Amino acid sequence: MGKMEDRSLLVNKCSGVLKSRQMAIRTVGINQIKIQVSELCLKANFELGQDVIKALQNALEREKSPVARETLLQLLENARLAREKSIPLCQDCGAAVVFIEIGQDVHIDGGSLSEAVTEGVRAGYSEGYLRKSMVDKPFSERINTADNTPPVIHYEIVPGDRLRIVLMPKGGGAENMSRVSMLSPGDGKEGIISFVEQTVKKAGGAPCPPLIIGVGIGGTLEKAALMAKQSLARPLGEPGLNSEISALEAEILERVNRLGIGPLGMGGSYTALAVHAATFPCHIASLPVAVNLQCHSSRHAEAVL
Amino acid sequence: MKPVQFTSPFSSQEVINLKAGDRLLISGVIYVARDAAHRRLTELIASGLDLPVDFCGQTLYYMGPSPARPGSVIGACGPTTSRRMDRYTVPLLELGLRAMIGKGERSEEIRQAIIRYRAVYLVTLGGAGALLADCVIKAETVCYPELGAEAIMRLVVEKFPAVVAYDWQGGDLFQQETAKYCYLQER
Repeated sequence: MGKMEDRSLLVNKCSGVLKSRQMAIRTVGINQIKIQVSELCLKANFELGQDVIKALQNALEREKSPVARETLLQLLENARLAREKSIPLCQDCGAAVVFIEIGQDVHIDGGSLSEAVTEGVRAGYSEGYLRKSMVDKPFSERINTADNTPPVIHYEIVPGDRLRIVLMPKGGGAENMSRVSMLSPGDGKEGIISFVEQTVKKAGGAPCPPLIIGVGIGGTLEKAALMAKQSLARPLGEPGLNSEISALEAEILERVNRLGIGPLGMGGSYTALAVHAATFPCHIASLPVAVNLQCHSSRHAEAVL
Repeated sequence: MKPVQFTSPFSSQEVINLKAGDRLLISGVIYVARDAAHRRLTELIASGLDLPVDFCGQTLYYMGPSPARPGSVIGACGPTTSRRMDRYTVPLLELGLRAMIGKGERSEEIRQAIIRYRAVYLVTLGGAGALLADCVIKAETVCYPELGAEAIMRLVVEKFPAVVAYDWQGGDLFQQETAKYCYLQER
């Protein structure tokens, strides 16, 4: 009898806690997420961001090579056509990389979040006549999954009651030329700059310059790579977190643009439009550096639910 | 320099006259193949079997389009990175392939093969798939439809823009143009 009383008291206490918590928790439905992701797939692939367009126009004004100026004009014309006709900016509509920030006061209702994102990608790539570029059995049969799934999803738990979704279609050409190196602490700043420079030089025209260069410094192998990729989603040219990082970005940009590779590798002063770097503390023995190259068709779209 | 109009397939004399840096507007027939199709073609050649397409004298475009919307000829159709095709290319040049269109630099082996076989490598606008779609007036899948975007296609193009990257005399657009804007020596 006494035990029963204890239990009912406990249940009452728990529901009380639940009730007060529920007031702070926002519910986001699975279907809403799916629809949003699908719309982001279309937006990202048809509409080049104004920040990228401005950077290309700026490059057009300053570029020294006449061939490169013509190329930049054609890239701007391509962006206009894609938007007007709802044709993908590039036939490589990318692997769907999705960054999701989940506010810790958000409750996802109605099913699996990952499944909803996957469904959204499936729907968006089908409705938008976007190219399906994902293959399963990567080292053997390489069978196309036929709907561009699965997406590569990165989750982060953050304060708040919102759900932020960033969808980044990442083309294979520039991704293939990206590199990670575990430098020694003694390699320092010059080691980092030189590694980025060599990566861009080796890539040449293949990753479709002018590039946006994501650089992740510190952390661990995977943390550096993730920071490099996340940096690519920043508004183009927005400087890094502090003056030391933004000074490094400027130095790398200048060094890379001295290579002369130019738009599409056909020579010119604009090999890169911007360098976006991010850092994280790392082990006393390490200096991981990741360089994630992004082609001029820098596509990403975001929504907050 | 103003672009010069050419009809594809190119004649062997036309290819011999092309120089790195020449700007072309191509009309006519070009074939399309990328990674998976190249792998299959190479397997057929290694087994001594006939290819589904006779590439002798033809032009090959490294590309995998996005799907065509109803009423459209093709979706976005810009070039893919050529150097991935390098390992499959020499056997096709041996069979008489005359011109290749893609993006980016290629290996020394391919540059030498282009000289040996008197072929040409052209580049077109990487990442301008929507713009290039306007140059395609007909598109049909020739074989391997099961490969989706990687099927072999036959396109009829009109004023398709391209620049000569490697000519048969060893001319190299990338080296030639990059050198003009490279300022590394100032450091």
